[in-house]
Amino acid sequence: MDSITQTWPWYVSGFLIGMVMLLLNYFGKVFGMSSNIRTLCTLAGADKFAEFFRFDWKSQIWNLVVLAGAMLGGFVAVHYMSDPTNVAINPKTIAQLAALNIDAPNGKLAPEALFGNEVFSSPKMLAILLIGGILIGFGSRYAGGCTSGHAISGLSNLQIPSLKAVIGFFVGGLIMAHFLLPLIF
Amino acid sequence: MKFIKYLLVGFLFGIVLTKSEAVSWYRIYEMFQCQSFHMYGIIGVAVFTGLIGIQIIKRNNIKDIKGQPIVIADKEKGSFRYWVGGLFFGLGWALVGACPGPIFILIGAGFWSVAVILLGAMIGTFLYGLLKDKLPH
Repeated sequence: MDSITQTWPWYVSGFLIGMVMLLLNYFGKVFGMSSNIRTLCTLAGADKFAEFFRFDWKSQIWNLVVLAGAMLGGFVAVHYMSDPTNVAINPKTIAQLAALNIDAPNGKLAPEALFGNEVFSSPKMLAILLIGGILIGFGSRYAGGCTSGHAISGLSNLQIPSLKAVIGFFVGGLIMAHFLLPLIF
Repeated sequence: MKFIKYLLVGFLFGIVLTKSEAVSWYRIYEMFQCQSFHMYGIIGVAVFTGLIGIQIIKRNNIKDIKGQPIVIADKEKGSFRYWVGGLFFGLGWALVGACPGPIFILIGAGFWSVAVILLGAMIGTFLYGLLKDKLPH
């Protein structure tokens, strides 16, 4: 049972993520998570405001079902397959985070400082989460995909546009992690 | 019933992303600090597995579940939208440590604060939809 509750090794996880993409290909679909957010916008009424949201959302129900399954998977994995040894990140990383007043993992997936329920009473933290979300939503639609659509589906199909997008992901991520995060916290 | 297979694939995806800790803000931070190979290994092996699988599909003309040829459309040609959209996405990814898949997985796991990220992502997507025709692509 230990091998189930411990952190899954990168080679097992990477293989299974590749298989998820291939299974969806076998079902005649393409793996991509961020397009679900567009569908949710349409369902929330965005089609009254922009042409971009006027499409046959019913053709995307399958992807919303994948999403529902993923949410269920997250619930099961966190509640029934976790272990206090999880999220054993580099001690150097923990020390850096301590300097930014961000708590160490100790088995949890996300820091209390950013994701604990106290953030609901902190305008600064709410703003960080909201702005982060806006960047993700805007950026993934502008680039036409996210980590699943470009990094996994696109790169494994040798798509040059996806390579450009993935380089963009990492340039943006490195700028945030090295220059902006220390200013924010 | 035809949707059950999608639910199962999604379920597998949610478990793998959680157990590999790719949904963890800590892992994304550690990746961008280049202090661990873990995330690079996951992405690398996923792409390698996909690459081999797609080559097998293409070379053997493997059909999908309904007997239709498997066609994976090429991404539209272009540059600007990919560089700049990618840059915006990366800034957000490293800030809140979650890309779209993990946003939903974490909400499913009970991290309610992540719903704020989802709200932001819907606003960001909506802004793109409004501005699409005015943006350079």
